[in-house]
Amino acid sequence: METKTVETRHAPIKYLEGGSGEPLVFFHGAGGVTADDPLLKELSGRFHVYAPFLPGYGETEECGTLRDMLDFALHGWDVVEALKLKNPILVGHSMGGMIAAEMAALAPNDVSRLALICPAGLWLEEHPIVDIFSLLPFEMPKYLFHDPEAGAKLMTAGLKMDDPAFLQTYLVRNARQLGMAGKLLFPIPERGLAERLYRVKAKTVIVWGESDKLIPPVYGPAFQEKIAGAKLVKVPEAGHMIIAEKPSEVARAVEAVA
Amino acid sequence: MKFTWFNLMPWPYLPDDFREKHHSVWVDIDQRLFDPVKSNEVYNTYMDLLEYAGTLGFDGIGVNEHHQNGYGIMPSPNIIAAGLARRTKDPAIVVLGNSIALYNPPVRVAEEFAMLDCISGGRLVAGFPVGTSMDTNYCYGQIPALTREKYGEAHDLIMKAWTSRDPFAFNGRYNKLRHVNIWPRPIQQPHPPIHIPGGGSVETYDFCIDNTYSYSYLSFSGYLRAKALMDGYWRRVEEKGAPDKSPYRAGFAQTICVAETDEEAERLYWPHVNYFYNRCLHVYPGFADAPGYRTIKTIQTGALSQYAPPRGGYAELTWKDLTEGGHVIAGSPETVRQRMEELAKGLHVGNIFCLMHVGDMPADKCMYSTRLFAEKVMPKLRNMFPEYANDDRFWCHPIAKRATPGSLPAAPASAPGAAPRQPVPAE
Repeated sequence: METKTVETRHAPIKYLEGGSGEPLVFFHGAGGVTADDPLLKELSGRFHVYAPFLPGYGETEECGTLRDMLDFALHGWDVVEALKLKNPILVGHSMGGMIAAEMAALAPNDVSRLALICPAGLWLEEHPIVDIFSLLPFEMPKYLFHDPEAGAKLMTAGLKMDDPAFLQTYLVRNARQLGMAGKLLFPIPERGLAERLYRVKAKTVIVWGESDKLIPPVYGPAFQEKIAGAKLVKVPEAGHMIIAEKPSEVARAVEAVA
Repeated sequence: MKFTWFNLMPWPYLPDDFREKHHSVWVDIDQRLFDPVKSNEVYNTYMDLLEYAGTLGFDGIGVNEHHQNGYGIMPSPNIIAAGLARRTKDPAIVVLGNSIALYNPPVRVAEEFAMLDCISGGRLVAGFPVGTSMDTNYCYGQIPALTREKYGEAHDLIMKAWTSRDPFAFNGRYNKLRHVNIWPRPIQQPHPPIHIPGGGSVETYDFCIDNTYSYSYLSFSGYLRAKALMDGYWRRVEEKGAPDKSPYRAGFAQTICVAETDEEAERLYWPHVNYFYNRCLHVYPGFADAPGYRTIKTIQTGALSQYAPPRGGYAELTWKDLTEGGHVIAGSPETVRQRMEELAKGLHVGNIFCLMHVGDMPADKCMYSTRLFAEKVMPKLRNMFPEYANDDRFWCHPIAKRATPGSLPAAPASAPGAAPRQPVPAE
C-alpha cells in the first residue's frame, strides 16, 4: 500500500492506496490503520483500495471543525469526491462502520454496496458496550481479540512502553486518535443512526466475530433488521479485531456484495 | 496575602481496605459506602467548620465542585455557598467553582452566582474550572475533545450575561438562546472576581492572563512539586507582556496542619492525613485523563494529570514522606510559618487555599489546627507582598452596609401598617 494525500475542505487527508479492480473505500476504526493491515492486503488482491486516515490518525492532522456525526459523514463523502470515485464499495470497521453506514443513509443513491464490519452506532439497553475510553492499554486485548494473548503481542509489537520518550509519543497519538473518536463514540457510541438506517439502499453485508467482547455479536441482528435485505455473516473464533484475526473471511464476505 | 479556608468535604467512612477492594474513589465509587443518614451530621459539621473559619479572620471560605467522588460530597457547591452566605458576615464566599461547561444553559451559573453575590452582599469570588476529566467527561458525559470549546463558549455567555444591560440573542454552537436577560445580576461591577483552577494546561495560563483572572493550581501534592508548573505560568505571564507580576494573579491549594509542636502535629493529624493521601486519592487511572481532554500542546509540555498514579503504582506514603515532600505543611506554628513563607515566595502566590480539614479529621482537631493557624501563623504572613498590597483586582468588593440575616421585626399581632380598628358604634 502506498501513502498519498488528497486535499479536502477540512484538512489534507493522507490515505493508503493499493490493488486494482473496482474502487473500495475502507474507513478504519478507533484504533486507526497501518500500511501493513492484513485486511487491506486481502482486499487489495481483488479491489482498488483506498483507506483514508481520519483527522488525527496517522499523518492526517486533527481538525477542530469536524465535531459531530453529520460533519464526519459529509467529510467521508468529501474524501470520496476528492478521490474522484463514483459509487465505490464502502467498507467500515467499528467506528468506520458507523461512518460508512451514516454515509449510506445520508446519500442512499450514491452507494450501492456496503460492508459493515462489527460497526458501532447502535446502543441496546440490555447490552451496554464497554467504555473503551476509560480502559488502560493492558485491559484492551481481552475486549478486542478472540485470543487476547496473541492480540496483546500484536498490539505491543515494537512498542517500548518503558521509554519515557516513546511514552510521550504514545500519549500524543492516543490523545489525537481517541480524542477524535470521542466525538462520535464518547461517552456512548450512538448518535441516532438507528433512526436513519431505513434510508440505506445499498446491498449490505454485516460481518461479526462471534467472540466480539467490545460490541457483542447481538448487535449484528440489530443492524440487520434495520437495513432492508442486509446479510449477516458470523465468523467463529474472531473478536472485535476480526480484521486482524480473520482477514480472509472478512474479505470473502465483502466480495459477496461486490 | 489572601487566605481561604477550604473544605473538600471528604466522606469520612471509607473502609480500611478501600484501596485494595474498590475500583475507584471517583466516578464508579460503590454507592453502598455512602450512608445518607450519617451524611446529615457530616454535611452540617463541615458547614459549621467553614462558618467557624469565617469568624477567625480568614479572608475567605471556600467550596468546590466534584461529582461521584468519595472525597468531595459537594456536587453542587452553590448549595453549600448559599448556606454560608447566610450564616457568615465577613469572609469572601469563594466558590472554586462551577464547571461551566456542564450547565445547560450556562446562564444558570450567571444566575446562581449573581444570587450568591446578592445574598452575601458582594462577597462572592467566582471560580470557573474546566473541571477534571473524571467530573466533566466520565461523570457528566462531555465529549473530551469538545470540552474546552464548550467551556469557552459558556464563559463568553456568562460574562456577556453579567455585563449586558439589555436582552441579547446568543447564537452559540452549544447554546442557542434568543433572550438572555439574567435577573438578578451580581452586586459586584462589572462582575465578581474570577479565579480559574488549572492543572498545567498552557491554554489556561493564557486565558487567565488575557482576561486578568487569577490562576489557581489546586494540587494535593504540595508546593515543592508545584514549582515547575507555577514557574511555567509566571514565565508565560512575562512572555505575554502582562503589565505586572502581581502574586494575586495566582493561587495555590495547600494541605496545612498546625499544632503546638511538630510532634503533636504528627500525633494528632497523621491518621487523617493518612486517610486522605493513602485512601481517598485512589482514582482508577483510566478515569484520570480522557483522550482528547488535554490538548496535544499540553501533553507535549509533559503535563500529566495529577490523578494518574505515579509510575510504578502507589506506594504507602508516610508522615515523613508527606511533610518532607511538601504535600502537607504540618507542625508547630513556627514550622508552618517558615514553610508557608517558602511556599508563597517560591511559587509567588498571593492567594492561598488552605486545606485544613483533612480526610476523616474530626471537628475538634480541625478547629484546633484552624485556630492556631489563624492566630499564630496567618498574622505573620500577612504582609508578604507589600508592593502589591493594594491589588484588589482578584478579590471581592462587598458593599459596606450589608443585610443582617435573621433580623425580622417582632411578629406582628395584627395587620401591619393599618390604623387601629375603630369600634363600630352600636345602632
